Amino acid sequence: MTAADIIAALAPAVPGAAYEPLASADSDVTPVILVPAEHLIATCQALQGPGLEYVAFSDVTAVDFHPARDPRFDVVYHLVSPHRRARVRLKVRVNADVEVPSLTPVFPGAGWPEREVYDLFGIVFDGHQDLRRLMMPDDWEGHPLRKDYPVQLRKDAQTYMPLQVTEEEFRANVERDRHVRTTPKP
Amino acid sequence: MADVRTETMTVNMGPQHPSTHGVLRLVLELDGETVVSVSPTIGFLHTGIEKTCEQKKWQQVIPLVERMDYLAPQSNSLAFCLSVEKILGLEMPERVQALRVLIAELQRLSSHLVWFGTHAMEIGAITGMLYAFREREILLNLFELLGGFRFFPSYIRVGGLREDIPRGFKEAVKEFLDRLPGKLDEYETLITQNPIWLDRTRGVGVISYADCCKWGLYGPIARAAGGDFDVRRAFPYTGYDTYEFDVIGASNGDVYDRYLVRMAEMRESVKICNQALDRIAPVGAWACDDKRIVPPPKDQVYTEMEALIQHFLIYSQGFTVPAGDAYVPVEGPRGEHGCYVVSDGTNRPWRVHMRSPGLMACQALHKFIVGGMIADVIAVIGSLDVVMGGVDR
Repeated sequence: MTAADIIAALAPAVPGAAYEPLASADSDVTPVILVPAEHLIATCQALQGPGLEYVAFSDVTAVDFHPARDPRFDVVYHLVSPHRRARVRLKVRVNADVEVPSLTPVFPGAGWPEREVYDLFGIVFDGHQDLRRLMMPDDWEGHPLRKDYPVQLRKDAQTYMPLQVTEEEFRANVERDRHVRTTPKP
Repeated sequence: MADVRTETMTVNMGPQHPSTHGVLRLVLELDGETVVSVSPTIGFLHTGIEKTCEQKKWQQVIPLVERMDYLAPQSNSLAFCLSVEKILGLEMPERVQALRVLIAELQRLSSHLVWFGTHAMEIGAITGMLYAFREREILLNLFELLGGFRFFPSYIRVGGLREDIPRGFKEAVKEFLDRLPGKLDEYETLITQNPIWLDRTRGVGVISYADCCKWGLYGPIARAAGGDFDVRRAFPYTGYDTYEFDVIGASNGDVYDRYLVRMAEMRESVKICNQALDRIAPVGAWACDDKRIVPPPKDQVYTEMEALIQHFLIYSQGFTVPAGDAYVPVEGPRGEHGCYVVSDGTNRPWRVHMRSPGLMACQALHKFIVGGMIADVIAVIGSLDVVMGGVDR
């Protein structure tokens, strides 16, 4: 079933939704469909209908195309039909200021992957019951997988004890140690 | 009985608990010994591998993704390489495909042996751990033969394999495959009909197949609940459609059925390995013949200018991958592994995302243990076979 077939099957169930088939390297196995954010829930419900049967949830993730593209994020959904042995990939294009409807009412398994996307990309899911950070500490600032997040950001560790020595003392210790190690034994 | 205290008690289990398979923290609310609610906390092993991957060249990503799910490293690298090769449009020679199937199944055996050992130990059968780790040691030695590394051989590369299999590898694998079925019988004699094991696992941690679909659970968990979805069958990769094997299923969806499914899967893996061994010619290709991806042979590098330039380019700049995205699922030991790879047409990946079956299992933990006893929590976590490195990434 190609993306065009799936869109044709979806059209009567979700009136008014402007789908768009997208090209991808693996579209022979996984057709890709661009879905408007406001029609995401209805689309996922319709995808479970007869003939399509995408009843199994696989994954939610996101891709940041900053600064080349506006809207900058792709939210990527993978659904599977175990019965038909078919897959589909849905993409929703949003900016950070737009809330994506949460998939949890349809697939409760989307809960943690959506928390992960919120944590690492800062995309807010509307209707999520427990939208907290998943990977990073609760007091972390910023969203690490965004492209404008610096890679080697220096941040004081807040979870651990502070160093017991000052920087000068630390250097002095190193120097003293080096002297011991480099002084030849008598 | 009006003056009996009926309030619940909150117990913190982990992240340093020996039965949580790494660093999984569970906040359990208990009513006596019954679990009322559970709130899992993860992220203690989050090392930002997906962010690090974006800074590396394509081939350099492989050691990183292998360290995600550290009990099935080569399932991770296989998923990554298949996705990248999909974007590149590469086709692998048959010998490479057979070798990859062999490695993937050996990896499944290795992972299932650790699962069996730890699962048995947590329920009280310490002998199981000692026996399973004895066999796994041989597997680790086999991986060391391949890549010089016991845990993370980085042997599967984009475009094929790192190098040809070493002399004596096939014989060593054959010896192991001949040995293992007898050892599996030994394990099963110890455990499968053991009355204590049956009491601890039957009817514990039950989940339905419909719930598995909704919660994104695949692999042995779903198959033990009556599903028949196996990525090797549904979406064959590296030529799995040409191998004869059974997709093992069970119907009760409890801890015991998950145990039975995984034990039977090991025997199927042995069958697949034997078929793959028969297909691997003593000499032949160990990578595809795409000059952009695979470095030229050393004798050409030393004698031909073009080969030297190509060698230099591949090792200094790496190769570029056309813009696009791909997701090729593989059947890992824990279920559907898959790597969603996005390229922007340069020599570094734009995005690498690994679908983690363990993350889904941790998320759905309450479906298995709420309403059960606290002692069953250990049995359930063991039967889900979560690996926190893969969960946290």
